[in-house]
Amino acid sequence: MLAKRIIPCLDIKDGQTVKGVNFLDIKNVGDPVELGALYAQQGADELVFLDITASHEKRKTLVELVQRIAKHINIPFTVGGGVSELADADALLSAGCDKLSINSALVRNPMLIDDMAKGFGSQFVVVAIDAKLENGKWTVFMNGGRIPTDKELFTWAKEAESRGAGEILFTSMNHDGVKTGFACDALAKLSESLSIPIIASGGAGAMHHFKDVFTLGKADAGLAASIFHFKEITIPDLKNYLAEEGVIIRL
Amino acid sequence: MNVVIIKYNAGNIRSVEFALQRLGIQPEITANPDIISSADKVIFPGVGEAFNTMKYLREQKLDQVIVSLKQPVLGICLGLQLMCKHSEEGNTLCLGIFDEVVKRFVPKPGEENISKVPQMGWNTINSLKTNLFNNSLENQYVYFVHSYYATVGNDTIATTKYTQAFSAALNRNNFYATQFHPEKSGSIGAQILNNFIEL
Repeated sequence: MLAKRIIPCLDIKDGQTVKGVNFLDIKNVGDPVELGALYAQQGADELVFLDITASHEKRKTLVELVQRIAKHINIPFTVGGGVSELADADALLSAGCDKLSINSALVRNPMLIDDMAKGFGSQFVVVAIDAKLENGKWTVFMNGGRIPTDKELFTWAKEAESRGAGEILFTSMNHDGVKTGFACDALAKLSESLSIPIIASGGAGAMHHFKDVFTLGKADAGLAASIFHFKEITIPDLKNYLAEEGVIIRL
Repeated sequence: MNVVIIKYNAGNIRSVEFALQRLGIQPEITANPDIISSADKVIFPGVGEAFNTMKYLREQKLDQVIVSLKQPVLGICLGLQLMCKHSEEGNTLCLGIFDEVVKRFVPKPGEENISKVPQMGWNTINSLKTNLFNNSLENQYVYFVHSYYATVGNDTIATTKYTQAFSAALNRNNFYATQFHPEKSGSIGAQILNNFIEL
């Protein structure tokens, strides 16, 4: 049986993981490659590296980093953050990343999904959607949740699928950082209306939240950052718990 | 050990190169028929679309080079599919090394875990045969990303279940192939690549 995936997300700035991570058992907590390798060794099924650098040198730094990650880490990884044109995608894929997660650029230019899927295959294209539930409607936001758009979550996700997206990474802004569980209702609706995998993001605070997101939320993968970085939950504990609860998981 | 990765218009050759480097092997990436034919081991990777890839291989005459190889050859992902007889993707006539045919997954909506195409993620390999695998690999998880699969038949040396059983790996004579990505399958994948190198 295909296993549900646990995906730690690492924020990267200028080639380093953003401070605040609380790891004592690796030499350089700032090195995304060391932290990623540790997660891989602990049983992470994939990794997401989200680049939040905002400089001219961004692409060069990111390409170098991706190559280092690909050399040292033997599980699939996604890179996101600031990919806005085919040339960026090409450079990152040639450097060895498995998938690209794109958000704002696709809202501005949905055709980029078609172009990326045709150029590199759907499996490379992870469409990231940040959305917020307000007055009963899920509004899609861009620029890291700062700018509301005229798009609605379910119609935008469906459009992304029909344009060739390989996966949807949905972050509920209502749940992100609150640690009271994932947006299971919206996730289940997404999962049922699309035939591509759904990665759930935003809201993980306890192990049972992952059980809920895989059962009630029908998600294919669960993504989290801080609970893993601050060791509130370790990946081996989480995976053992999920297996005991009857969730299909890779141990 | 002289290992060659066949260079063509396929994505993600880099990952295979890095995985071999982690095993202490520096592969050569080339489309040169003489270098490919004289290698100790040949890897035929692949991520992409069947029809255009076969067309490209024929234009470059790499199709004839591949089928005439005598040393151990390992196809990966699309590589496996192109080594079969025929693929539903683009109604493509493939290399015909294996007897099996390649079909598209039909999602079964509502059924837990098998309602999505592509199959993306970790699934188990079973009923293992040949020295590509050792006994301890039975029922271990490896990483898959694919919308098309090879049917189960005489050449099947590993099966995986997704909507139904399909060939996770195939073998005939010196030709081996995996539908999963050993280069992305953690330490289990590294063992399988190492087994191939030691064939």
